[in-house]
Amino acid sequence: MLVRLSAAIAAVCLLSGAAFAQGVAKPTDPQIAHIAYTAGQLDIAAAKQALKKSKNKEVRAFANDMVRDHTAVNKEALALVKKLKVTPEDNDTSRALTKQADAKRAELAKLKGKAFDKAYVDNEVAYHKTVDSALENTLIPSANNAELKSLLQTGLKIFQGHEQHAEHVAAELK
Amino acid sequence: MTPRWICLAAVVLSGITSVSAQAATIQVTINKLVYSPAEVTAKVGDTVEWINKDIVAHTATATNGDWNVAIAPKQTARLVVKKSGNIDYFCKYHPNMKGIVVVTP
Repeated sequence: MLVRLSAAIAAVCLLSGAAFAQGVAKPTDPQIAHIAYTAGQLDIAAAKQALKKSKNKEVRAFANDMVRDHTAVNKEALALVKKLKVTPEDNDTSRALTKQADAKRAELAKLKGKAFDKAYVDNEVAYHKTVDSALENTLIPSANNAELKSLLQTGLKIFQGHEQHAEHVAAELK
Repeated sequence: MTPRWICLAAVVLSGITSVSAQAATIQVTINKLVYSPAEVTAKVGDTVEWINKDIVAHTATATNGDWNVAIAPKQTARLVVKKSGNIDYFCKYHPNMKGIVVVTP
């Protein structure tokens, strides 16, 4: 039974390809805060790489939007954890997310021009999909504090917007 | 107040302020990535005012390309509508946000 269950979990991990599936079933508020903050910082790092490498106007505008929005959300998140006296706690999900994003940035570093633009934007679509589904299915339902939950809900709407925006940019690159 | 008094008051007011007594300002509040109300009606010459309560920047961008209004976080931006029609608009940064301005002549 145990073997079958872990096989099922492994299958889910493979299917979603997401770091989130490897994390704890029900993260605590300090862990949720850490995961959400990390997800934002990783997208800022990806955008900064795009701003260094890309010459495409649309791609650069999108990357600038990502830096601006995720910086604003994370600033709000830091103010909230300070107010709530919550110390964000590192965890397996945050670590897996970071590992995955670092690997992606290393992969993208080898690309140039249009190949880079396409790979960056495609990954932005996929990344926001992963983060949005984690927010919707795991992080928001698990959050205990009402203010944290509310910030995550607003974050979800912002990131869903990014997902659609990235899809538009991806369509224009084709 | 009888209708006659209202008319008289309107005439007096319009005498003082001329055009501004007729041009209205219609407010749309943006909160948590929602334009509220999602649909507003304005007359040509009226001002639509977007009040952004969010921590991120938004835009009100007409899908037909007629106008594009940038609305900074926690700020208000305005647009005087000049052409009649049903104008669909969205946020360039978060295309999941949608609204309509119905402009009548």
